[in-house]
Amino acid sequence: MSILKTGVPGARCHNFCLMINKIVASAEAALADVPDGATVMIHGFGNAGMPGALIDALIAQGARDLTIVNNNAGNGDTGLAALIKAKRVRKILCSFPRQADSWHFDAQYRSGELELELVPQGTLAERIRAAGAGIGAFYTPTAYGTGLAEGKETRRIGERDYVLEYPIHADYALVKADRADRWGNLTYRKSARNFGPIMAAAAKTTVVQVREIVELGSLDPETIVTPSIFVQRVVRIAPAVMRAA
Amino acid sequence: MMKKLDRKQMAARVARDIPEGAYVNLGIGLPTLVGDYLPKGREIILHSENGVLGVGPKPSEDAFDEDLINAGKEPVTLLPGGAYFHHADSFGMIRGRHLDFAILGAFQVSTGGDLANWHTGGADAIPAVGGAMDLAVGAKKVLVMMEHLTKEGKSKIVERCTYPLTGARCVDRIYTDLAVIDVKADGLHVVEVVDGLDFQELQRLTGVPLKKLATAA
Repeated sequence: MSILKTGVPGARCHNFCLMINKIVASAEAALADVPDGATVMIHGFGNAGMPGALIDALIAQGARDLTIVNNNAGNGDTGLAALIKAKRVRKILCSFPRQADSWHFDAQYRSGELELELVPQGTLAERIRAAGAGIGAFYTPTAYGTGLAEGKETRRIGERDYVLEYPIHADYALVKADRADRWGNLTYRKSARNFGPIMAAAAKTTVVQVREIVELGSLDPETIVTPSIFVQRVVRIAPAVMRAA
Repeated sequence: MMKKLDRKQMAARVARDIPEGAYVNLGIGLPTLVGDYLPKGREIILHSENGVLGVGPKPSEDAFDEDLINAGKEPVTLLPGGAYFHHADSFGMIRGRHLDFAILGAFQVSTGGDLANWHTGGADAIPAVGGAMDLAVGAKKVLVMMEHLTKEGKSKIVERCTYPLTGARCVDRIYTDLAVIDVKADGLHVVEVVDGLDFQELQRLTGVPLKKLATAA
């Protein structure tokens, strides 16, 4: 598959066409330029919303020394767990690494190969949101008086105590959505929405794997959750297993 | 002979106190059981951190949808009137004091209402916090469910938590297999004890000072 027909992935193709076309032919092409040392947000809560095809392509692509932002630190042997197993991850920011099946993370964390920044889940979400929204920092009541606020600036505002937290920016966000058009407008499915909209806004380059690409104008504007401005590249990945309707 | 509550009875006891119209988050583990015992006919809206309001019961095996799970990553359904939203909105609901109740498990609760439920603090333990700290500071009322005593027979209600804190002075009420206890500014008030247990024996088992409500046995 060639990406030349649409020019540089995600860019407008001045010489070939005059239309915006963020559709990229393959997951591999969509992630070809991820450099070593990149910060990559990976959407998903457990398996819901996890962009499996994009993670597989990132593993094949070979970038290493990655900083990963996700709610968890991988389950079983696939997806983010496989990326960790392949020793591509230097640091992970997440809220809930320890799971019954997080053995690849556990081993590398215990051996000191993998650095962990543990962030309360709501603080993680808000730090990601803040990055996409241009916020410099914010005060949150979460974690005040606990070990996770140690060394952080605090402030009493009114009757409550708060902890100062900074945004998390990323070079790339890998997102799984349900449907997209060629501009990159996105709809999601059920609780698989989770981190998608905020990660899409927080990264310089947002790469989205979708079940279906539809004609521009056919997504109901009232149902578009991530508007196209937050999306750079879209890849269609057919679902592995067809579900009965 | 005192009749300790089993896990199901504890869940049913907590469920009884959740009023019509409440927005409630059930923590993973023991608190999730509360959902099975909410009184029929009472409209209660369950929130799940991963972005669901109006969480319904488990689906049948053939209706399982991997895109619809709860915070414990178990398959769930959506009730009519339910809604989906992203993570920042979900935690905005929590921190923004919109949830009426968070029901959480615990390792320890202190007499001042400090909660420890996320980390044993062991050198080899891998920490994982999830949404516990957000729920502890955010919900209007924080209800804790736990066994009264550790396996070694020590009280989990303590003067000061020895495990790392999830939140300071955040617990409103404690439901154990032995008693229901309110955490108030002037100390711990026993609301209820199980059959066959009197206040003096509960006080002996608990160690820290308890106050007896006029209505308690």
